[in-house]
Amino acid sequence: MFYREAGDFKTSYGEDSQTFPIKFDRVRYYTVLVVAFGIIPFVINDYWANAVFVPFLIYAIAAIGLNILTGYCGQVSLGTGGFMAVGAYACYKLMTAFPDVNIVFHVIGAGLITAGVGVLFGLPSLRIKGFYLAVATLAAQFFLVWLFNKVPWFYNYSASGQISAPERTILSIPVTGPNTDAWAKYMICLIFVVVLAWIARNLTRGTIGRSWMAIRDMDIAAEIIGVNPLKAKLTAFAVSSFFVGIAGALFFSVYLGAVEVGEAFGIQKSFLILFMVIIGGLGSIFGSLAGAAFLVLLPVLLKNVLVGALGWPTDLAAHLELMIVGALIIIFLIAEPHGLAQLWRVAKEKLRLWPFPH
Amino acid sequence: MTDQFLYAVEVMINGLMAGVLYALVALGFVLIFKASGIFNYAQGVLALFAALTLVGLQQGQIPFAHLINAVLGTEVTHFGWHLPAAVAIVLTIGVMIVLAILIERFILKHLVNQEPIILFMATIGLAYFLEGLGDIMWGSDIKTMDVGLPQGASVWIEDNSAWLGGDGFYGFFVDKLDIVAALVAAVLVISLMIFSQYSKQGRALRAVADDHQAALSVGISLRFIWVLVWSIAGFVALVAGIMWGTKSGVQFSLSLIALKALPVLMLGGFTSIPGAIVGGLIIGVGEKLFEFTIGPMVGGATENWFAYVLALVFLVFRPQGLFGEKIIERV
Repeated sequence: MFYREAGDFKTSYGEDSQTFPIKFDRVRYYTVLVVAFGIIPFVINDYWANAVFVPFLIYAIAAIGLNILTGYCGQVSLGTGGFMAVGAYACYKLMTAFPDVNIVFHVIGAGLITAGVGVLFGLPSLRIKGFYLAVATLAAQFFLVWLFNKVPWFYNYSASGQISAPERTILSIPVTGPNTDAWAKYMICLIFVVVLAWIARNLTRGTIGRSWMAIRDMDIAAEIIGVNPLKAKLTAFAVSSFFVGIAGALFFSVYLGAVEVGEAFGIQKSFLILFMVIIGGLGSIFGSLAGAAFLVLLPVLLKNVLVGALGWPTDLAAHLELMIVGALIIIFLIAEPHGLAQLWRVAKEKLRLWPFPH
Repeated sequence: MTDQFLYAVEVMINGLMAGVLYALVALGFVLIFKASGIFNYAQGVLALFAALTLVGLQQGQIPFAHLINAVLGTEVTHFGWHLPAAVAIVLTIGVMIVLAILIERFILKHLVNQEPIILFMATIGLAYFLEGLGDIMWGSDIKTMDVGLPQGASVWIEDNSAWLGGDGFYGFFVDKLDIVAALVAAVLVISLMIFSQYSKQGRALRAVADDHQAALSVGISLRFIWVLVWSIAGFVALVAGIMWGTKSGVQFSLSLIALKALPVLMLGGFTSIPGAIVGGLIIGVGEKLFEFTIGPMVGGATENWFAYVLALVFLVFRPQGLFGEKIIERV
């Protein structure tokens, strides 16, 4: 009833091409922002921040990054965990090398370094396509993790081989290290998510995003109509890796604090983020957020139900969780191969006609 | 001949044997990819599941014992019998066939005509599901597999090659199990080739691999072929599971050999059975030799990534793999 284009007059091209053309959507979007910035930081506690919100926000960044590469540009990557590790270690090296610089710059710098590494590993994509490329990105995954394990320079020769984040502040509020408040962790991740999601959304509907999608739909045809595949693929790798690198940097510095590379950024992480993208919806920014939320919430929920309410042993719950996640992925792919984002689109279509569908 | 050279030869022989094991897993991939165009990520987990089932049946474990105990509060673990290895293997083959039927019935049937990437994702989901199922059914502790395969160093080879080197050289160390694995792989490949060349089902399988629609139009049942090919892949997975399980125990890491089989496939080409074998041997020898020569200089454990990087570099020059069909692209 409220979800209508009718009566919502556009008087300029700018208005006509805005992200949310329907007023109800705009209101909803601003409401979400107000709740996220104005209410949640004041009521959040450690459990909610560490178990739900912070991992959700960080995975959302990584999922948007992978979605740019896989969903928009059609290059399947299984190296996300490795690129997150690059972000984390770059952030660590920058943090320890330049302690006086603000951490925001460290995180962005880590993203830029990861973008460079991403371009390097993206080069073969010009020759290798499809599954072959997916497997080729595994080379990045295993090589990078091995590199960070074996070269002591990356973890500053620490005895444990781990890296741990020193305390850093923004406006004298600690955001990394053990003294960080739940709301500070949440806020820094939220700001990154909002800014990056905005950038991603606008990149993907501009020239560059269109050239990515042309490459995804059929690269030879795209080349014939004048899209430069070298430029399109490498920019997709660069932008995607930039996002993933920032996610890795935040994952290490804000969320975990101390990281062992094989454990935190192993192949399982690559698959987890790929699942987020698939379940959320390939080629959709909202889908990345939805997929991340879904796969972060699901284990928490299952754990609370199985271990908390039914009193089962934790290992049994963990195995059952594997089964449920696996089954859900299959069910999703059968029922709706385009993910949560498509369900959302269908719901919105229905809502436009409601309550008079005929 | 210097001892250093002889050690290198020994490393190479062991690499060849390891390569045979990789090839066994890769074989399962190729079969399914040829018959249905599905890139089956779950192949490694199939091997794990088959091995778990085999051990569980052999030792008379009660399936889902852990779950039953948690829900009903009982303390059951074993039926209290031990099956002979042959019976357990036959039963496991039965389980794998049932699994193939279920996979076809509940997953593949619904995903006909989807893009390959969607099918690939579905097999990743299947891998997770089977991993959880295997753990819940049989428990996640490390199990030892014993189906009566010979193990340990082959003394005969050691004694008969000791004369090659000087005093410090005691002959080549070759595990008997690896030799058995190589023989089994050879038999498996030959029988698969005979099957696909000369049997009715084998021909139907090749027809499906060639063109789904044309195969359908001459009256070949796609669904039957899929069940068939997944059953064969399950059988190959069982063989691989037995070999790897005997070598290093039945545990989660078994499913990771699937990842090792991927570069093997890329080298050999996804559609070629000989390619899987040759690719496996190249990767096996390559990573062992690299670890032996370059490994100590860079801190070791290069086996984790060498195969992938080799495949990556290789593919840049030959994108379809060694024996893959030439990629023709049209708008």
